[in-house]
Amino acid sequence: MNSVQSLIQPHLLAQAGFAAVIALTFAGALIAVFPRNIIYNILGLIVCLTGVAGLFVYLGSPFIALMQLLIYVGAICISIIFAIMLSRPLHLSIPKRRLPKVGLAAGVGAAVFIMLAGIVSRTSWQPAASRSSDWSVTTLGHYLLTRYDLVFEAISLVLLVAILGAIVISGYARRRPS
Amino acid sequence: MNSLYTYLFIAALLFSLGIFGVFQRRSLIGMLIAIELMLNAASINFMAFNRFLAPDPIVGQIYTLFIMGIAAAEAAIALSIIVALFRRLRSIDIERAQELRG
Repeated sequence: MNSVQSLIQPHLLAQAGFAAVIALTFAGALIAVFPRNIIYNILGLIVCLTGVAGLFVYLGSPFIALMQLLIYVGAICISIIFAIMLSRPLHLSIPKRRLPKVGLAAGVGAAVFIMLAGIVSRTSWQPAASRSSDWSVTTLGHYLLTRYDLVFEAISLVLLVAILGAIVISGYARRRPS
Repeated sequence: MNSLYTYLFIAALLFSLGIFGVFQRRSLIGMLIAIELMLNAASINFMAFNRFLAPDPIVGQIYTLFIMGIAAAEAAIALSIIVALFRRLRSIDIERAQELRG
């Protein structure tokens, strides 16, 4: 019993968990982009977003990680799954993308990554002089209803307009004979 | 290992995978999935700066919450546009949506 406890060190366990979360994120992202079957893509997106939630836990905010699971995985991915019913039937063969176009897309993606990596590694990031250590959800709620009140209300309005717009757009297309 | 650069490189890689997906896919839902990947890369950046640099560790979390709200609105609008387009064209292939071409 004692030897088992000495084997499992919290530090190593945290590092192994971090590597597992990164692997989950990238495996999910690759599945979300590369297979041509759309149902694999959405399942990969779910895996990737779960990995990102794990990254948020490692960044010190379990609350945001739970919101990520709730909003992204629980709401957005499920609504995309409903839209997948519109996709072409899965038993039909999916036409291949032409190779030059995939190559061009990969070139653009690689160029963006090289640019971002250059910016990240050449900037010397300086932490702020005095950093508060208040991570509590209570303070987050206070900030949302005091300093960021206007943005909070604007987001509510944007969501309301988006939902009404979604109803109007999909309903308008139904009434119109094509 | 758990440093600012790790998170920034993860976010950069996710963002470029998203850009690759947007250019490469023909299905509108595939493009929407790639856009969600890019939004998540932005959230990771905000949370990393919040954890390692920012004077007040609440602000980055609030920004990430706002990004999630915007992403939800964007997904609702995009999915309804996809539904409308499917009713017109009987397809969600982006290369068949050419009605505006003269």
